[in-house]
Amino acid sequence: MNSKSNDAILDIQDLKMYFPVTRGLLRRKVADVKAVDGVTFKLKQDETLGLVGESGCGKTTVGRCVLGLYKPTGGKIFFEDEDIATFSEKKLREIRSKMALIFQDPYSSLDPRQSAGSIVGEPLKIHHLVLSKGEYRDKVDQLFSIVGLDSSMTDRFPHEFSGGQRQRIGVARALACDPDLIVCDEPISALDVSIQAQIINLLEELQGSSKKLSYLFIAHDLSVVKHISDRVAVMYLGRIVEICSSKELYDNPLHPYTRALLSAIPIPDPFVEETRERIILKGEVPSPLNPPPGCSFHPRCFMAIPECSQALPPLRDIGDGHEVACIRV
Amino acid sequence: MAELLRVNNLVTQFKTESGLVKAVDGISYYIDEQEIIGLVGESGCGKSVSQLSVMQLISAPGEIAGGEVIFEGQNLLNYHANGPEMRSIRGAKIAMIFQEPMTSLNPVLTLGRQLTEMLQLHLKMNDDAARKRAVELMSMVGIPSAESRIDDYPHHFSGGMRQRIMIAMSLSCNPKIIIADEPTTSLDVTTQAQLMELMKDMVERFHTSLVIVTHNLGVVARYAQRIYIMYAGRIVESGTIKDIFGTPRHPYTIGLLKCIPRLDEEEGTKLVPINGLPPNLINMPSTCAFLPRCSYRLDKCSREPWPPMTAIDGNHYIRCYADTKEK
Repeated sequence: MNSKSNDAILDIQDLKMYFPVTRGLLRRKVADVKAVDGVTFKLKQDETLGLVGESGCGKTTVGRCVLGLYKPTGGKIFFEDEDIATFSEKKLREIRSKMALIFQDPYSSLDPRQSAGSIVGEPLKIHHLVLSKGEYRDKVDQLFSIVGLDSSMTDRFPHEFSGGQRQRIGVARALACDPDLIVCDEPISALDVSIQAQIINLLEELQGSSKKLSYLFIAHDLSVVKHISDRVAVMYLGRIVEICSSKELYDNPLHPYTRALLSAIPIPDPFVEETRERIILKGEVPSPLNPPPGCSFHPRCFMAIPECSQALPPLRDIGDGHEVACIRV
Repeated sequence: MAELLRVNNLVTQFKTESGLVKAVDGISYYIDEQEIIGLVGESGCGKSVSQLSVMQLISAPGEIAGGEVIFEGQNLLNYHANGPEMRSIRGAKIAMIFQEPMTSLNPVLTLGRQLTEMLQLHLKMNDDAARKRAVELMSMVGIPSAESRIDDYPHHFSGGMRQRIMIAMSLSCNPKIIIADEPTTSLDVTTQAQLMELMKDMVERFHTSLVIVTHNLGVVARYAQRIYIMYAGRIVESGTIKDIFGTPRHPYTIGLLKCIPRLDEEEGTKLVPINGLPPNLINMPSTCAFLPRCSYRLDKCSREPWPPMTAIDGNHYIRCYADTKEK
């Protein structure tokens, strides 16, 4: 199989990440939590892929594997045509200047004792991207103005900023090394409604002006993910159950979980709400320690038939890059 | 339907070292029997504090500085917060569901203890009857094998299950009103939908009124009949859901609706953020609090104090001088 492809900046093949569950004095391994179990997708340059699912579905773990923060149990992660899953810590450090992370909580992801300017400038120093102090200062000022902060604020400390401004600092830090890929892990869910739009628009503008920036956008809020993404992958219990363009996701969702997820999100418009399909799922997400046999969604599925519990349905392409893992569609 | 609760000019303030914070600054609203209303706003707009004031659960340095809360012909604010009258209403006639299902149950008491406490206190049930009723309530809110789980502790349950217990608890004394303060915010999307449907079914079955306090406009669009939009301690717009979502008229409401992504939007839709930040509530000026962020502002707005709530159409009220109809 030819594993390399030229247009994809990120090509993940059969990614697996198991966390051992240990017990007793000798820390015997008694089981695995299969947080990510066979995830495959590609992310093109200048594209935004949304990764959506409920807590515990493994979306954050995928993001962390991509950044090399976890050593995957199995599978390949091609970043710019190199399999970084096999990289040593030293080689990873080099490649990390091309990728960045924006965290969920702007209150805990900034060091309270570090000035805003030094938070944003630290990656420049670590990756030796500036040669002089003057160049460093210019670059930090420039990053501040890119994200819409005043460069006179570089000496302030995180507590002097509002939540939205802090997240802008987080974005500026992510941009410092001029990365090709930014993993955004729930970047707006800790912000107030009227501030969320500011950050979403900022991320969109940055991508528009750079022409080469790709986002892996991880979030639980499907309406936000759909808004910002070109394509969306829906995850359930460590696997992708459906992946397609964000337009197709709303117009033609096929997997019963995707349909339930969509119907669970109310649209702020009572006229539309009156006519919408409502699917209320039974039960809760099962533990990834002991997932149900076959399709892991079948115990909660309103379309399940006996065959669903027998074999794991593979993701199959039903045309135009719309892939779904369900035997009933 | 007859009116059940009316709040008039409620003011709740906090005396802090840096100044007086009027968290709730003269709000008035009502709720009819068997009605579901939504109280919507961003964090710090006073929506939770207003509801805690109705329940008289405000502790120092906060104080209820004025207004009235009329319930069953009586002004609840005349009662002492810890007096027998208020205690017989709080939890029994007006119940509350809190945001954090993880922290609002007592971790060292079994669910049975926590559920039966209400029944014994308010309805004077004996041990056996209360336990039987508690099991009934638990199965009613969808807890499987309630009989055997009643002696479990809160940590045995997931967040969604704990919130079901909170719903069961709030229903236990057949209240007239349930106040749900961000009831599903910390939960997963499909669990949120399950619980909102459960609450809707339950209030219909028990003929209860429901106040949904939330920042999520989608939730109120789906479940509420009338909405109050709050900003900086005041209600800025109120009306039926069709008024508010169909013809929003206050600049803040208009802004909110334009800045949230919708599932059914056209591809390439741009969000229009509201510029600036919500105000700091310390020592607020008497002019409109939304003025610094408003795109419809008039000269009058910076000279005159906030206008009162003015009817524009039937039951649709706004607190604004500007004519927002044109844009």
